[in-house]
Amino acid sequence: MDVTLWTLWQTYLARSDRFWALLQQHIVVLVMLPVLLATAVAIPLGILSTRYRWIQIPVLAFANLMQTVPSLALLAVLIAIGLGIGNKPAVVAIFLYSLLPILRNTYAGIQSVDRSILEAAEGMGMSPWQILTLVELPIAFPVIMAGIRTAAVICVGLATLAAFIGGGGLGDFIVTGLGMANNNLTLLGAIPAAVMALTLDWVLGKIEFRLTPRGLRL
Amino acid sequence: MASSNGTSSIVVKLERVSKVYRDRYAVRDLDLEVREGEFVVLIGPSGCGKTTTLKMINRLVECTSGSIYVYGQEVHSLNPTLLRRKIGYVIQQIGLFPHLTVAQNIELVPRLLGVPKAEREKRVDELLRLVGFEPSVFRGRYPRELSGGQQQRVGVLRALAANPALILMDEPFGALDPITREQLQDELKRLKREFRKTIVFVTHDMDEALKLADRIVVMREGRAVQTSPPEELLRNPADDFVREFLGARRILRHPQDVQVREIMLTTPVTGTEDMGLAEAFQKMQQHRVNTLLIVDERSVLLGIVTSGGLQKGIREGGRRKLAEFMEPVTVTIAEGENVLLAARLMAENKAGVLPVVDSRKRLKGVITKATLVSTMVDVLWPSGADRIENGCKVARG
Ligand SMILES: Nc1ncnc2c1ncn2[C@@H]1O[C@H](COP(=O)(O)OP(=O)(O)OP(=O)(O)O)[C@@H](O)[C@H]1O
Ligand SMILES: [Mg+2]
Repeated sequence: MDVTLWTLWQTYLARSDRFWALLQQHIVVLVMLPVLLATAVAIPLGILSTRYRWIQIPVLAFANLMQTVPSLALLAVLIAIGLGIGNKPAVVAIFLYSLLPILRNTYAGIQSVDRSILEAAEGMGMSPWQILTLVELPIAFPVIMAGIRTAAVICVGLATLAAFIGGGGLGDFIVTGLGMANNNLTLLGAIPAAVMALTLDWVLGKIEFRLTPRGLRL
Repeated sequence: MASSNGTSSIVVKLERVSKVYRDRYAVRDLDLEVREGEFVVLIGPSGCGKTTTLKMINRLVECTSGSIYVYGQEVHSLNPTLLRRKIGYVIQQIGLFPHLTVAQNIELVPRLLGVPKAEREKRVDELLRLVGFEPSVFRGRYPRELSGGQQQRVGVLRALAANPALILMDEPFGALDPITREQLQDELKRLKREFRKTIVFVTHDMDEALKLADRIVVMREGRAVQTSPPEELLRNPADDFVREFLGARRILRHPQDVQVREIMLTTPVTGTEDMGLAEAFQKMQQHRVNTLLIVDERSVLLGIVTSGGLQKGIREGGRRKLAEFMEPVTVTIAEGENVLLAARLMAENKAGVLPVVDSRKRLKGVITKATLVSTMVDVLWPSGADRIENGCKVARG
């Protein structure tokens, strides 16, 4: 079956409502939600990992492990352990995948703060909390933000797999298209997903640059 | 060494303080009292425990044994964070906050202490001006936009911001070129005089210690070998270690005791008889001298050429080799003679330079007026340098 811009456009027109619904679901439910959750969990864990070795070792090991499990296998496991099918296991899986980049970058970003800077902070009478919030996190910010960016981009791709377990998103078009050997439909899912990944990377990159104090910009 | 409480004029007091890392002493049985308004310099070779001593005062390092008092209070009875906010601290590695501007770096402690914004801003500008920084230019700069010397200044200002009466400084002028270093030393001296700060200062540069200190603590392998005012240290070094550490600066001596050998320049600017005029001129310019000592291949001194003579010769024209402009040397001195004789010979003969030769007239070095002046400052009256400097200021002001 030939694919041209025209046939693609026809395919889109035939189901434009569904397209926008899936796109929105893809962004909000399958990317933003799990990545925000992962950020909320991974940053504190990353911080704690820099403070306590007994947290750092198991936490980083767990996050690394998550990253190495094949994504479909992870989805299968999540269904098997009782999360059922649909959105829920997909969000959990994407959340688990996002943990590592954010966790690792939070940890590395804070660890990279120069000893002498911490010593100066301590020596001038900053409390541990002040050192964390006024010194370590601001200095680690670009690195943490880069972790979030990586996670978000990975998740856009990962989220297309959610459709295999009925999780919705643009993957729906891809899976259906593959099943019906309808290349137009497959591409109607795949192209926007790719564009979304690139756009997200660019937008987050801009935000990261904007929020980085000038003294830390390269 | 009376009551553990100390008297009110003693700001810092260390009593038999030791710090053990694994099973090695970093600091051992150190006793020290720092009085109000005093400038105490800790000096010694790398690894002798200077930084450790300083950090025990603000509890960045906990001592293993002994007691430390700040304003009469045992530091372990105090909240370390509150203790540190009252003590200015300049760390060895500068450690400015890269994400904050110069102004934000400086005002951080006042901010933590809850000083209102307007007041903080005024203080920042005041401090910047103090070290010759134009506030409008420097306030908004980031540390990486500053040179090393400028960063060190900001590091010092940051320690001064909350106006602490006690300041600990760990090699604050470490990585600076000699000129900037000297400038900052002068600024610090002025600050100390004007604001009556009590300062404990670490360095391993003896010149810096002699210049700044009211009292010097020479440390070696964690112990205080000698604690004395600079003149006393120069006059009576406690042992060979201190003497060696003082190097050529040692001792307030009579000029008769200082040998020419010790102070002469050992690399005089020389020429040979067959040297061309252009080359000779160039050499003089390059070394910024107006005389050239002429030697043969065994460095026997043959004569002297002055730039005046050279110019006159050129105007007259004709002659081409240096040998023809050479004047005989009337006065020389031997290495073993004393500085007083050297000074007298130079004065009596109105000589600009005094060649130092051995018994076979071989050139060993040279004494210039500048050498004599710096000898007076460094060797004969090391503590007098201060007086000279002050005298100048008075005369100028
Ligand atoms: N955290 C530490 N753990 C183990 N040993 C240490 C520690 N800090 C310092 N030391 C050791 O204690 C000794 C004194 O160190 P300190 O930093 O006080 O030296 P210093 O006189 O400041 O030297 P420098 O002039 O090089 O700064 C050194 O032998 C050093 O190796
Ligand atoms: Mg040190």
